[in-house]
Amino acid sequence: MRKGVSLCISALLAAMLVAAPGYAKTFRWASQGDILTFDPYAQNESFNNTFNAYVYESLVQYDKKFNVVPQLAVKWEQLGPTQWRFHLRPNVKFQEGEPFTADDVVFSVHRQLSKRSMTKAYLVGVVDAKKVDDLTVDLITDGPVPVLLRQLTDVRIMSKSWCEKHNVVDVQDYVAKEETYAVSHADGTGPYILKSREPDVKTVLEANPHWWGKLEGNVTEIVYTPIKSAATRTAALLSGEIDFVLDPPLQDLPKLKSDPNIKVIEGTESRTVFIGMDQKRDELLYSNVKGKNPFKDLRVRQAMYEAIDIEAIKRTLMRGLSIPTGELVTPQVYGYDVAANTRPPFSVAKAKVLLKQAGYPNGFEVTLDCPNDRYINDALICQALTSMWAKIGLKVKLDAMPKAQYFAKINKLDTSLYMLGWAVATFDAQDALINLVHTRDGKGDGEYNDGSYSNPKMDDLIDRMKVESDVPKRLALIHQALMLHTQDVAHIMLHQQIIPWAMRKNIVVTHSADNRLRMQWVHVN
Amino acid sequence: MAGRLADALRDSWDSDLAWSFRHSPYAMVAAIVFAACVGTAVLAPWVAPHNPFDLAQLDLSNSLKPPMWIAGGDPSYPLGTDDQGRDILSTIFFGARISLEVGIAAVLFSMGLGVALGLLAGYVGGKTDAFIMRVADVQLSFPAILIALLIDGVARAVFPGAHDSMAFWVLVLSIGVSGWVQYARTVRGSTMVEKNKEYVQAARLFGIHPLAIMARHVLPNVLGPVLVIATIHIATAIITEATLSFLGVGVPATEPSLGTLIRIGNDFMFSGEWWVTLFPGLALVIMVLAINLLGDWLRDALNPRLR
Amino acid sequence: MTAFVIRRLLQAIVVMLVVAFVAFSLFQYVGDPVQLMMGQFATPADRIRLTHELGLDQPFYVQFFHFVVNALHGQFGVSLRIGKPVSVLLAQRLPATLELSICAALLALAVGIPAGVYAGLRPNSWLARTAMSGSLVGVSLPTFLIGILLILVFAVKLGWLPAFGRGDVVHLGGWSTGLLTRTGLESLIMPTITLGLFQLTLIMRLVRSEMLEVLRADYIKFARARGLSDRAVNFGHALRNTLVPVITITGLQLGSIIAFSIITEQVFQWPGMGLLFVQAVSYADIPVMAAYLCLIALVFVVINLIVDLLYFVVDPRLRVDRPGAAGR
Repeated sequence: MRKGVSLCISALLAAMLVAAPGYAKTFRWASQGDILTFDPYAQNESFNNTFNAYVYESLVQYDKKFNVVPQLAVKWEQLGPTQWRFHLRPNVKFQEGEPFTADDVVFSVHRQLSKRSMTKAYLVGVVDAKKVDDLTVDLITDGPVPVLLRQLTDVRIMSKSWCEKHNVVDVQDYVAKEETYAVSHADGTGPYILKSREPDVKTVLEANPHWWGKLEGNVTEIVYTPIKSAATRTAALLSGEIDFVLDPPLQDLPKLKSDPNIKVIEGTESRTVFIGMDQKRDELLYSNVKGKNPFKDLRVRQAMYEAIDIEAIKRTLMRGLSIPTGELVTPQVYGYDVAANTRPPFSVAKAKVLLKQAGYPNGFEVTLDCPNDRYINDALICQALTSMWAKIGLKVKLDAMPKAQYFAKINKLDTSLYMLGWAVATFDAQDALINLVHTRDGKGDGEYNDGSYSNPKMDDLIDRMKVESDVPKRLALIHQALMLHTQDVAHIMLHQQIIPWAMRKNIVVTHSADNRLRMQWVHVN
Repeated sequence: MAGRLADALRDSWDSDLAWSFRHSPYAMVAAIVFAACVGTAVLAPWVAPHNPFDLAQLDLSNSLKPPMWIAGGDPSYPLGTDDQGRDILSTIFFGARISLEVGIAAVLFSMGLGVALGLLAGYVGGKTDAFIMRVADVQLSFPAILIALLIDGVARAVFPGAHDSMAFWVLVLSIGVSGWVQYARTVRGSTMVEKNKEYVQAARLFGIHPLAIMARHVLPNVLGPVLVIATIHIATAIITEATLSFLGVGVPATEPSLGTLIRIGNDFMFSGEWWVTLFPGLALVIMVLAINLLGDWLRDALNPRLR
Repeated sequence: MTAFVIRRLLQAIVVMLVVAFVAFSLFQYVGDPVQLMMGQFATPADRIRLTHELGLDQPFYVQFFHFVVNALHGQFGVSLRIGKPVSVLLAQRLPATLELSICAALLALAVGIPAGVYAGLRPNSWLARTAMSGSLVGVSLPTFLIGILLILVFAVKLGWLPAFGRGDVVHLGGWSTGLLTRTGLESLIMPTITLGLFQLTLIMRLVRSEMLEVLRADYIKFARARGLSDRAVNFGHALRNTLVPVITITGLQLGSIIAFSIITEQVFQWPGMGLLFVQAVSYADIPVMAAYLCLIALVFVVINLIVDLLYFVVDPRLRVDRPGAAGR
């Protein structure tokens, strides 16, 4: 009897130990903007991709050194130049219980290639996915695709039956602000389950108890809060209301660094921030120049470029945390070319001369569209640009708005002059070139070429590099394309951001050059 | 001629109002402060060291300089600069100018609308009166800021993209429309009293136009209360403008008013650049306080019962 | 009594209809209602169907009737900015705003009335003078500036109170409350003060001037002459008579507090309806604006009704008509 009781007690104790609440680790974090959508193909914004990756997984993923390693595929082989075979991980279940099979992969690839998808660029070269058996899939390409595996890290796999059940086979039309079930619900195979979503307020995720893998970190609950106000973000971190800030205000870094409870880690991001211009329309939507488009004139683009005192922006608005650049991609990206990284020297006088030569001695009016919660000090940089451009006679009106509206606006090309940043997810310059400078074709090329820059020579270079499997030849093509981008002033380049992440002392994270916080590596001590 | 002017001046100096003014140190200080505010605002383009609205004059290299008496300060920017290199002092001058312009224009608008509707309601009476007063009741239950925000939002919906260029008039309209009720009520009350007085009845018999009667006999009687309402309303209007700008739906960021500056400064709360918020905030409070004090004094002075 | 209540109810309904009409006009004539409901990439067939479903092909008064019926069911379409039904968004935010507003109103009453009574009874004491001067500063300080100052002092410098948000909330059915957690209560302090301060000064000034007025009245003089104690005169007669206008104004102010919370919510990133509304304004999100307008109007009307009934209780002499409420 006695023995029975004590047995009972020890069993109870053991049970309590196993289920001890001490194991529950909540990770509360914030940044300035909110998640755009949980439909993983409706937007290709790296913050949004970061979040979707907590719920949805891909066939392959990056390790900490950005090598491609297995995720939902355990191994793969190339059967020919246009055929790749993927062997899928067995016994994986979606969060709502459906088994993960080849059908889901085929469905996801088709969905991601569909018309409204904004992430088609991650499937460049892929024409079809074919089921071989329940756990084997072939990807068919239209030629060699040298960066296929890197691209696949951002091809998230959705459940076919779930999408059908909830009527979300079609991708959300983000530009039209369409609301579908998949926008605020998610059913992936990933380590975290979307628990609740209140736009602008709070998004909560919980660890998936049935996940096939094993977390390297120990976070069991993720609470994300968008905090627009810079000072509020700092205050919340200092007071311990949140554990981590992805984008601490630069002006507050000294204060944060001096606080014994806070640590800040910095790293350069593989992102460039730049200004795009409508180079297609014959008349700009938002300008007083009628009958012609000044941005079609290289001299105008150059003049605006030369009028930018990028060092002043670095010194003041960025507080030293930027690397001025003249090249579309950053040194971390494969294909980066030192030779193409040149900026015209800052010169108001020369810029004025160029504008005069182009036929605008008195400048012109135009509206600059700008996000105000996306990049570091984005709206402030835009405001500074308006005054720099004022010095050469341009009257630039600033229209700054939250990214949720901003991307919907510029993605439908409703802009004349806009700010954009691009972090190359594949770490191969081809991704940036395809998305940003290839002529828009609605099939995946030029998806974020919102100024509709178009140069046949550029298209030719990009189309060739897509299928070139000879490594030196391909590198040469990339170099030529990047050089052409610089010479053409396809975009007015600004800088590469140095990203500080600020967190409480008890948090351990792995800083990534793509500014994505990978939750599986986060430790809360 | 000169003597007559002097007489007139002396008369007004000896009047009740002036007497009360001379014996109210608060009112005198407030009047001086208010006059100074108006003066600098009107003369801003000439007295301000810089023109913060001229984008071509801004230079990022001058950004976030502290006030001149702090190490790193620059005498040409006495109160320091903001993140875009705008001189805070000049921006306060120009910002106060916007605040006052919006405030006064909105009050004039409200006053015109309110007095006209009040006269109409009081004089015509009947269904017109009931309708106007019913609308007034409904509107009165909504705070000015809410109505102003609504009108602002509607303006954005009706004229997408053009909001910045019309920001000033949208502000005047939204603040103006939200404030007419008090004028209307006051004027209506007086009108109803005057309407039935014998001399008005007589004037009517002589065929004098009702409008003329109103203007000659009713308006002078309500001028005092209307003036009090207007004074206090200017303060409210200025606060409303600052609030709208603070909320980011007021004037554009390139032409900051005091509220905009306070919003900008809000981001620098932790980094030690306190002057961006503090000085515009102080300027706003001092200006509004001065107007409120004047209004308070005016109300007491015109209301002998409380003396 | 019944007749009185019915009359008030009828008036309330008229007011609501007027407001609904404004909201309806916003919806119908500002922008394209079909687009408002469907987004701009709807197919022509969808548009025709929805045009018919919305009754846009019907006469004006029928359309208005439908709008009212939909509004009664809480249907105001879909937010242009967030893409969710407006009713869902507002319902999520309502508890936060109500809790904040009620706390602020309680603060304003609990401090404002005693302070006003004191200032009225002892108008020349230094405390009353300080309070009065202070109240003028309070009226002159824009709400957002008070909030910023509080954050600067208590969150930044001293680190005592949280700077933003609601803290942890507990969900009770459809209601989320921050009143049951420590962080929730701590988060409530500064926004409550910020929001309540303006109303507090207003109530204090009002009570003071009413007290001054009443104390001057003849019947008070008589009461004193009759030898009633100061206590009985001040609280039995004077305060009681000042309550009538105080109730009116306070009632109206309660409604104002809910609308004024727009600013406070913005400063403290308080996840209430006001924050939603400001974002709706800057995005010209008409459905949210229209719905918010109707909701606020409803709150006002209900409060007014309650005030009228309270009137009845406090002062039976004023059965039917109350003097016009002085507002701001």
